[in-house]
Amino acid sequence: MMADAASRDEDVILAVRNLSIALPGKDGPALLVDDVSFDVRAHEVFGIVGESGSGKSLTMLAVLGLLPPPLRMVSGSVKLRGRELSGLSFEEMRSIRGKSMAIVFQDPMTTLNPVLRVGAQIGEAVQLHNPGMSKQDVRNRVIELLTLVGIPNPQQRYRQYPNEFSGGMRQRVVIAMAMANEPDLLIADEPTTALDVTIQAQVMRVLAEVRRRTGAAMVLITHDLGLVAETAERMAVMYGGRMMEQAPAHALFNDPAHPYTAGLIASLPRVDREVRELFSIPGFVPDSAHRPGGCVFHPRCGLANDRAICRERRPEVAATSPGRSVACHFNDETAPWRAAQERAMERPVEARAPSVADDSEPILRVVDLRKEFQIGFSLFGFGRKLPALRDVSFDLIKGRTLSVVGESGCGKSTLARVLLRLLEATGGDVFINGEPFMQMSGPLLRARRRNLQVVFQDPYSSLDPRMTIHEVVAEPLRIHGRYDAKRVDDLLAHVGMPPQTGRRRPSELSGGQRQRVAIARSLALNPDILILDEAVSALDVSIQAQIINLLKSLQAEFGLTYIFISHNLSVVRHISDDVIVMYLGHIVEHGPVRRVFETPAHPYTQALLSSIPHPQSGEESRRKRIILTGDLPNPLAPPTGCAFRTRCFRAAAECERHEPALTARTGADHLSACHFAGQTATARAPGDEG
Amino acid sequence: MLNLFLKRITQSVMTVLGVVTAAFFLVRLAGDPAVLNLSAEATAEDIERVRTALGLNRPLLVQYLDFMWRALHGDFGVSLRQNIPAMDLVVERIPATLELALTSFAVGIGLAFVLGVAMRMTPSRTLRQVIMWIALGRQAIPIFSFGLLMILIFSVWLRWLPSLGRGTWAHLVLPALTLGTYELALYLRLINASLASEQRQDYVRTAYAKGQGHIKVLLKHMLPNALLPLVTVAGINLGLLLGGTVVTETVFSWPGVGRLIVESVSQRDFPVIISGVFLISLMFVVINLIVDILYGFLDPRVRAA
Ligand code: SF4
Ligand code: SF4
Repeated sequence: MMADAASRDEDVILAVRNLSIALPGKDGPALLVDDVSFDVRAHEVFGIVGESGSGKSLTMLAVLGLLPPPLRMVSGSVKLRGRELSGLSFEEMRSIRGKSMAIVFQDPMTTLNPVLRVGAQIGEAVQLHNPGMSKQDVRNRVIELLTLVGIPNPQQRYRQYPNEFSGGMRQRVVIAMAMANEPDLLIADEPTTALDVTIQAQVMRVLAEVRRRTGAAMVLITHDLGLVAETAERMAVMYGGRMMEQAPAHALFNDPAHPYTAGLIASLPRVDREVRELFSIPGFVPDSAHRPGGCVFHPRCGLANDRAICRERRPEVAATSPGRSVACHFNDETAPWRAAQERAMERPVEARAPSVADDSEPILRVVDLRKEFQIGFSLFGFGRKLPALRDVSFDLIKGRTLSVVGESGCGKSTLARVLLRLLEATGGDVFINGEPFMQMSGPLLRARRRNLQVVFQDPYSSLDPRMTIHEVVAEPLRIHGRYDAKRVDDLLAHVGMPPQTGRRRPSELSGGQRQRVAIARSLALNPDILILDEAVSALDVSIQAQIINLLKSLQAEFGLTYIFISHNLSVVRHISDDVIVMYLGHIVEHGPVRRVFETPAHPYTQALLSSIPHPQSGEESRRKRIILTGDLPNPLAPPTGCAFRTRCFRAAAECERHEPALTARTGADHLSACHFAGQTATARAPGDEG
Repeated sequence: MLNLFLKRITQSVMTVLGVVTAAFFLVRLAGDPAVLNLSAEATAEDIERVRTALGLNRPLLVQYLDFMWRALHGDFGVSLRQNIPAMDLVVERIPATLELALTSFAVGIGLAFVLGVAMRMTPSRTLRQVIMWIALGRQAIPIFSFGLLMILIFSVWLRWLPSLGRGTWAHLVLPALTLGTYELALYLRLINASLASEQRQDYVRTAYAKGQGHIKVLLKHMLPNALLPLVTVAGINLGLLLGGTVVTETVFSWPGVGRLIVESVSQRDFPVIISGVFLISLMFVVINLIVDILYGFLDPRVRAA
């Protein structure tokens, strides 16, 4: 469809030329977006990929005329259907925003006004551009829109407030709002980043559906290469405010011309192959005030080889073939360089021998662990109980990595907190090295607790901003009376930070560096087990690969045992030996990572795995997708029988009556809780694409 | 929700009990009511007779328990000056006090609202500063002095408004302005701060992205959210406001509970003082309860919980 649309002018909906955005500052303005040009054509999906601070969202805010002050568009032109927008006044832009162009923002929890009814908020969008419309017509149109985005009971939902909607449903509302006037151009800014992977699949399908109905073109802004690969026809890669590369999506993934693009793709863990170590782009994303001169990417570029031209002269975006352009002085060297990298990485991985024989005592044994939260208060003194963990049992052998996956609300974070004894369990036992951990108290608990350390997702909030890095790492040592400055430097060195960093404060470090510090601190007391609670989830792709590699090498060096809690299945595939899949507080599947990923037994696991977007096989993986219907059921009133049956595409009458036990149904070490475990996902979900 | 409600009620009862107890003992510290209520020529026997009649010859603790026991049954004693049950005297004055307090409350919120929006919308830095300086200046003057100043300007010089008493709306203007503007600077700061933080919220960006204009975004989207903290703080400050009625009522001879208390203090009419204090503290806790509920009503997130 796109190949023959060789940019005839009337096809171009949006033309951006030499757009620059500046932040005024003490020492002159800093350019946050620098000389960016691209076209979006009718009906297509144009993807813009970049890490945080790349300027991808700012670019589109500038197009909408919504740059937050004091940011300003300092040069360039934006044309919508041939009409120049850059000189327009606020009032003139108002008639375009929400009518010809609309946007869907990232976080559906905050994009809706909490004190206004959902119907009124969508109605506002309708009314603004159809001032003559009667109240009744507006209402009908809103209900039509709610129906379009697949919200059940629109008549009733119309009158509700945003807090009565789940995240996925709110994002549908936001989409309905954006589609209110059938815009020519829909801008989706990280539309699914805040959502669980099964809900992401639903929302992407809604977006595809509304576009199919209205023929709107879409700009998809995201950091998720997989998502953009399977959604976009053409795409652009941004870095440090500059456009690095533009190409048709499949060409860009299979044959990237810019070394940054190549590096990004290589640093993604993939579900479909195993590598010993991820490729990682060295260094960190520069902040906007301290961008390097010459080529912005040169300090991190594997191709630059310290060549003067990369340091001194900014490469301009130049067309290499019809429809492709790239900004690199040496782009013809990218392909051979990339091939060399690939060869280095694709060394076959020998099956990992467990460091201790399998029959040895497990380092961690969890038996029937239960946790219930007391919710609310009733007159009779009995509140309702929310079961967050239901009879969770597993063993973990020393030196291995166990991942726990599942949607938010499945109990994976509660599990971490109960294991750390930040929360008291309601029932069950935990043994560490054979000792019952849950009954310990006083000095013994203090002494044993150091065996179990944790690294959380957000390194910002877990490091005290007033302490120096040295103090942060030294703190656990001091608490146990074992402070030793040399040991602190040593720990910092192990996570790849020079000892001088110790004098700095957390706020001076980048996200990746802070996470390194958090890891160093967690290692201070020589723990046996490290719980990594979404520890790499907040990091940019290029940094994430660095930290994953670091974790793997630390594990090999110290014989650490990891419990890796994550919603990112590709990372889980790469890092773990065993996987636990949880749903509504239950373990629904548990087994070696290869078995679970290659022959998932439980329908929920099958759906989860199928919802991972693959950069390399975009179209195809989308077609095989199982899209689960509905949201997570109310955990206060879980379904009878199998907890998953309300969303299961294979549910039978049996499932309502009997709760399936977690047993080895498909091989000795592969446990699953489904009456029909192991049947391949031939039964399609109702309403599946294809 | 119910849990929370029960807790609030218990707290409220404790507060009222505490205030009444404190009032009882403080009043006793002021001196012997019998002595204070008799003329200077009274003989020792006269005093003793009155003490016995009033039960003042018993130990203080017994008197206290006796008073509380009666109070629990709704008996707050009889006014020492006019032979009427003390509580009846106070209850008579409640409408006047409530009228003043609620009008002042509305004036405070209303002015904060209008001036806050004006400050947000005017491009003039000077105007913003002038408004803020006036509010700060108002806060620097105590209610008593400010009241006299208002009387001087509007009643004595301009002769626009009556200075004393209650009756018409015109009588209400000066007292309500005096009392209602006392916290204006705080409210203005608050509404400015919350509007500034609402401005950065994603839903504001969403509203602009629909094509909405500045004024509508401010009035329709930001204000309902920004009013939440204002109403809460103003509600908490209603206590202060009730306290302020005492002074305001005195300055403007407003026939409310506050003025009654002040008169009774000078007349040593202790049953009336305690009854007045009791009612004011009761109104205080009831109003706070209402504010809590109102807060829930304004915010659907609380309503759902
Ligand atoms: S111009 Fe030089 S530094 Fe920049 S990407 Fe190309 S090779 Fe790397
Ligand atoms: S037991 Fe039934 S409902 Fe549960 S997962 Fe298996 S097939 Fe689905």
